[in-house]
Amino acid sequence: MKFLKFILIVISLFSFSTVSAEENDKRNKITKNLRCLICQGQSVYDSDSEFANSLKIVVDKKLQEGLSEDQIYEYFRIKYGEWILYDPGLNKNTYILWLLPILIFLIGGAIIYKSFIIKNK
Amino acid sequence: MKNKILPFSVTIIFGIIFFIFYKGLEDSKIYIPDNNSKKEIPVFKTKDFFSGKNVKSTSIFELDKIYLLNIWSSWCVPCRQEHPFLMNLNLDNKVNIIGMNYKDNLKNAKNFLKDLGNPYKEIFIDLDGTIAIEWGAYGVPESFLIYNNEIIKKYIGPLNQKLVDEINLFIK
Repeated sequence: MKFLKFILIVISLFSFSTVSAEENDKRNKITKNLRCLICQGQSVYDSDSEFANSLKIVVDKKLQEGLSEDQIYEYFRIKYGEWILYDPGLNKNTYILWLLPILIFLIGGAIIYKSFIIKNK
Repeated sequence: MKNKILPFSVTIIFGIIFFIFYKGLEDSKIYIPDNNSKKEIPVFKTKDFFSGKNVKSTSIFELDKIYLLNIWSSWCVPCRQEHPFLMNLNLDNKVNIIGMNYKDNLKNAKNFLKDLGNPYKEIFIDLDGTIAIEWGAYGVPESFLIYNNEIIKKYIGPLNQKLVDEINLFIK
């Protein structure tokens, strides 16, 4: 039994080494952009919960299937909704989030323009 | 005139910001998953719990029948609490309860069923939790009401009498 375990460990070690560094980087990047839904405030990458661990395996599988990063995000968005992504898209729930900085920038610019440039004239 | 524009626009900006933050206060910060949207069930391959044979999801779920997929595990304490409700649901024989054994030790799982009874028509294994992800599940216990290969409703957490009544309404 011990011998069997030893062999299993050796096999698993070798199977890990076949994962290229590049793929590992990509997996880390993707899991950092996914929210761990049962441990809010943590990314899947940071979490060690059952949910996050399974999600990491799924990301690995999808990468091996040849899916691109965006396709993987889309896959999880369909399964779990927008909330799982740390980088939400522009839609009716998030437009304030996206437009507010631009709005503030424009209004701020207008104030500066009004108070300095017009004054100098 | 010039002097008036500045305080005016500043007040407006602060007004807008106050409004947005105030609206944000009213929103619940607790994430509530969408339980009602209909989704097609995923297609996957897995192993049967008792025989260990390979099974396809398409052979488990047939059209025109109501299924309750229950994700359970012997190490999960709330699963023990909801188990009597599943047993009761099975008594009526109106719904086919399918079990998904989540990240479990097979021996412990079998003992769990021996102690508390087996309400499941079929059980398949999800050893690494990836099938649960395919289903869009969060963890154990979780139940999905399925009709015509579509998820009608999702129940996150243990079932209770209120939810069982709701399921009975769907079945009728």
